[in-house]
Amino acid sequence: MIEARAINATAVRADFPILGRTINGKPLVYLDSAATSQKPAAVIDIMDDYYRRYNANPHRGVYTISEEATAAYESARQRVAAFINAASVKEVIFTRNTTEAINLVRYTWGRVNVRSGDRILLTEMEHHSNLVPWQLLAQEVGAQLEFLRIDDQGLLQLDELETRLHGVRLLAITHQSNTLGTINPIKAITAAAHRAGALVLIDGAQAVPHMPVDVKDLDVDFYAFSGHKMCGPTGIGVLWARRALLEAMPPFLGGGDMIKRVKLHEASWNDLPWKFEAGTPAVAEGIGLGAAVDYLKNLGMDQVRTHERTLVDYALEKLQEIPGIVLYGPRDPEIHGGAISFTIPDIHPHDLATLVDRDGIAVRAGHHCTQPLMDRLGVPATTRASFYIYNQPDEVDQLVSGIQKAQKVFA
Amino acid sequence: MSDDLYREQILEHYKNPHHFGEIKDADITQEGDNPLCGDVITLYLKLDDGKLGDVSFRGRGCAISQASASMLTDMIVGRPVAELKSFPTKDLLEELGIQISPARMKCATLSVNTLRVALNGDLHEEED
Repeated sequence: MIEARAINATAVRADFPILGRTINGKPLVYLDSAATSQKPAAVIDIMDDYYRRYNANPHRGVYTISEEATAAYESARQRVAAFINAASVKEVIFTRNTTEAINLVRYTWGRVNVRSGDRILLTEMEHHSNLVPWQLLAQEVGAQLEFLRIDDQGLLQLDELETRLHGVRLLAITHQSNTLGTINPIKAITAAAHRAGALVLIDGAQAVPHMPVDVKDLDVDFYAFSGHKMCGPTGIGVLWARRALLEAMPPFLGGGDMIKRVKLHEASWNDLPWKFEAGTPAVAEGIGLGAAVDYLKNLGMDQVRTHERTLVDYALEKLQEIPGIVLYGPRDPEIHGGAISFTIPDIHPHDLATLVDRDGIAVRAGHHCTQPLMDRLGVPATTRASFYIYNQPDEVDQLVSGIQKAQKVFA
Repeated sequence: MSDDLYREQILEHYKNPHHFGEIKDADITQEGDNPLCGDVITLYLKLDDGKLGDVSFRGRGCAISQASASMLTDMIVGRPVAELKSFPTKDLLEELGIQISPARMKCATLSVNTLRVALNGDLHEEED
């Protein structure tokens, strides 16, 4: 076994061409990886190579470059399957992103299995992409939405879980909050949900890029994530689901590639996973995601998590020293992923983000697609700094001095 | 145009907004918001013989949105309502006197858009 090596952010940075950029004459300090991660040259190059050398529509071409495209695309799927420990490559459906993966479940499994009077249990911390699809389904079939509440540290109030699960068909919950950084105890929550007869869907957009995720071990039913937050390109995401569920679900979009035999008035469906992938797929993006998985696997996901925990620990400590700052989310870095939300008195998050941008610091300001969570926290918006493998403690220091400069402007 | 988004005049209006507060017997009360940013303002208009006799606003949000509202109240008070129905956005942007990036344009124009809704019942987009 190879000895686990800690992440060397300086070496990692050299793999990311964009990090050599300057903004307003200052080196780019990119603290918005929860929105999208930057891409290593390995990912950019492999997509470029596909378009230059073997661009072709995959799956049915009998000529050389189409076979090469098919092999590269399907090999990426295999690597994604291994990355999340899927039982079979047939359980890995390529989608556009997490949002589309969740909507796929809404339209296929949801419409068949959720009926009038059924309950769907969500949480107060969900991203709009794991809330609005269920609002739409609930309106369509007459189901009811229920919400697990959070406490003042941004932790789910799990003492309520057992009672709230009564009559629930589906529990849809984020693995890691994109706004608070809270890492939810998915394995325990899933066990409770299964005891109550509910299925479990996980929004893993903020988890798969940042920590080891093993869908078998978590024992969940559906797991959705995006390529672009894990060093891959935009336009490719993944729905993992148990094979038996996928076999029973009707197709999502109809069209080419998802069919086996088509007659004028009917059609039969292709095998998994292609049954859920209508139309020419995002070939370059799939291949790019495969390279991203290789890149992360080489770093080691335990090391990725350790690196981010160290940064969060340091950032929480440094940010706390800023007079008046309000930090949201868990204080314990053990359950706090690489995203930190905060507000500074008398400075609106948009003003703060604009001011630190002058020093090349990219942070996000707004509701982070979690408007109900903003209502719960009682703020219109927060500023969010989020970290990844290429961030270093001195970037936290730069953020802190950027905030102090902004405080002088508004003093 | 200054490239200093947070020049002294903007910050002054933000910290000490003009015409801030509520007019209890306002003829028109209009709320406006940017749901994406969380900027909100309420405009209170008191009409007087075809003119805007008095104006005030309440709100919370970023410096740009609140300073622009404060400046707008200075610009419109006492003017004929008929004229204000098509108050040009560019006049307010000139008064702000700073380069507004596309991302912040909604903040800068919240007040004037709210004024337009107040007087026309809808946004009544001005023509270029």
